[in-house]
Amino acid sequence: MKKPELLITAGSCREIETYAASGADAVQIGENRYGVRMPGNFDIAGIKEAIQTAKQCGVRVYVSVHNLIPHERLDGLGDYLEKLAEWEADAIIFGDPAVLVTLKERGLQMRLHWDGEMTATNAETANFWKKHGAVRAVLARELNLEEIKMFRKQTDMEIQVQVHGITNIYHSMRRLVTSYMDHLGRHTPDMKYGAEQGLYLVEHERRGLKLPIFEDDAGTHIMSPDDICMIENLDELAEAEPDSLKIEGLLKTEQYNETVVRCYREAIDALYSDPEHYEFDEQWLEKIEELQPPGRELSYGFYYKEQVY
Amino acid sequence: MGSATIKKPELLAPAGNLEKLKFAIHYGADAVYIGGQKYGLRSNADNFSFEEMEEAVRFARKYGAKIFVTTNIYAHHEDLDGLEEYLSTLQDIGISAFITADPVVILAAKRAAPKVEVHLSTQHSTMNYKAARFWKEEGIPRIVLARETSFEDIELIKRNVDIEIETFIHGAMCSSISGRCVLSNHFTDRDSNRGGCSQSCRWKYDLYMKDKRYPMFSPDDDAFTMGSKDLSMIEHIPRLIEIGVDSFKIEGRMKSIHYVASVVSAYRQAIDAYLSDPEGYQLKEEWVEQIEKAATRPLGSGFYFAPPESTGHIYGSEDHSPGYDFAGLVLDYDDSTKIAKIQQRNHFRPGQTVEFFGPDGRSFTQTVGTLWDEQGQEIDAARHPLQIVQFRVNRPVRKWDMMRKQI
Repeated sequence: MKKPELLITAGSCREIETYAASGADAVQIGENRYGVRMPGNFDIAGIKEAIQTAKQCGVRVYVSVHNLIPHERLDGLGDYLEKLAEWEADAIIFGDPAVLVTLKERGLQMRLHWDGEMTATNAETANFWKKHGAVRAVLARELNLEEIKMFRKQTDMEIQVQVHGITNIYHSMRRLVTSYMDHLGRHTPDMKYGAEQGLYLVEHERRGLKLPIFEDDAGTHIMSPDDICMIENLDELAEAEPDSLKIEGLLKTEQYNETVVRCYREAIDALYSDPEHYEFDEQWLEKIEELQPPGRELSYGFYYKEQVY
Repeated sequence: MGSATIKKPELLAPAGNLEKLKFAIHYGADAVYIGGQKYGLRSNADNFSFEEMEEAVRFARKYGAKIFVTTNIYAHHEDLDGLEEYLSTLQDIGISAFITADPVVILAAKRAAPKVEVHLSTQHSTMNYKAARFWKEEGIPRIVLARETSFEDIELIKRNVDIEIETFIHGAMCSSISGRCVLSNHFTDRDSNRGGCSQSCRWKYDLYMKDKRYPMFSPDDDAFTMGSKDLSMIEHIPRLIEIGVDSFKIEGRMKSIHYVASVVSAYRQAIDAYLSDPEGYQLKEEWVEQIEKAATRPLGSGFYFAPPESTGHIYGSEDHSPGYDFAGLVLDYDDSTKIAKIQQRNHFRPGQTVEFFGPDGRSFTQTVGTLWDEQGQEIDAARHPLQIVQFRVNRPVRKWDMMRKQI
């Protein structure tokens, strides 16, 4: 069994150092014009520094360029990609084919991870993006374990699955919180509705679920009411032979994420060094549960679910 | 812009079943898109069997119209068995295009049904000209743009890439980026990207701020919602034509024949009026009224001018009665007696005011006089669904004209 990479998103150089020290093999960073829903507030200079920091810490660094790209950001895309190549990002993550076209125009060769968010649902489509240069497919979180295994069988690309944390469940290019507050006559120009404000929605028929919501330059994002946690089931997940296990650190504290990385690190090391005698250590889960924000349950996401349509 | 440079756009209408399809075409659609039994995004709609598709194609050909079939799911592995056979059957039936989002379906269509055009669905959210160029190089002849594109975006794409552009001009809209919403998956275990959308964006939510632990609303305030107003671009036809949109798309495979016929006919008249005399074109109030009589939600202009703000969304009640009901369908008319034979589609009775309208903008209002059943017996109301009744009309009507009543 090939040991998968442990990947986590990071929002600052300090976080990169912390997560590297805790056992992450790779970090995902991004600024919010070309990346999407990335923690932290990196500007382009900050991305350079973060890439350097990751390299000094000995972890791979992937840069998110996987937002859908409106025209007003299209002009700056080529220069940004050139910088990322020059700074030797280990890979860039893309969704919009404009990224592929721009790389070609500039004659840039970079390792490409295809992340179609909820639209990355089958291997043949991943292979289509492979033909266009992608080496890794980031799988939709809405796939179940059986589907992930099937995916594995049908592509020789690297596959990345999310094992922990929040997921995006709705993305609009409208400013929905601003619009609502304006409708109520309560919006003032100084009001902010960013990720740090801790806004959440409660659906009227599902009072127990809190759905985080925030606005940024890319519009409005609504997030899952629970956090995926697959630490108990890494042995089952191993059957799908994933190449990368991702922890989504968005909307969590550095301390929480550090603990999560440590626990997964220990579990992965134990599992892959001796799969025959692997035993799950309850402490890993308990440590995470201790820090789990109140009102947010840990769940298996869609790993064991059947969906209808 | 001189008329010599103006290209006639296609008017593309939805149809949830064969009857709606026939009315869409009869009322002026150049092309109609439908769903089959599989691979489309409206698993709740009637959807077409192969036999019905054959009839659809035969009917469309008589009018010189085209049939497109939606195959725009994001497929999971279990969906792929039988896909090529399905697409190949549709090619044999004679449809003109597949509307696709997932590359796996695009590839299957190219292998199994190479004679059918492959259009890229709005589900792919194409919003810039470089992405459009990518798909052009993949052999895609037409892109249905993201609903987030503005007039300027469309112009930029048309200017930079030689590819057909289809945009939504009317109907309901996802408020999310299309394909980027799995609310249904989370709330109801139904996969929105495979046709299971539960319209959770139109549900009601409370908005809180965690740190301060206080609600952002008062108890008597409207609830938070993501629900969008419907799109209506009837007032902006000249600009849409001038920037070179190749196909004007109307949303609504779940909508009624009254809706489809009213909306299609209004846009048909506006497009034809502009094409016949661009300089002298004037928006007619009756087209706008025609659309409002069918609208089931308040209307707006989507992202064409700027992203929708507070006035682009529906807070409070979603209910927006169009004020009119489809009451009857004209089956026949006898010019000597002035008596129309009408199939009942909703309750009506003598003394009520009704409006007749036909495909080319003909319309008039009258009061229902003496009402007879099919055998000529006087009746006090047309109260049975699909019952055939007769009464005298003030002006000539034609088969397939519609009759509506104010609610």
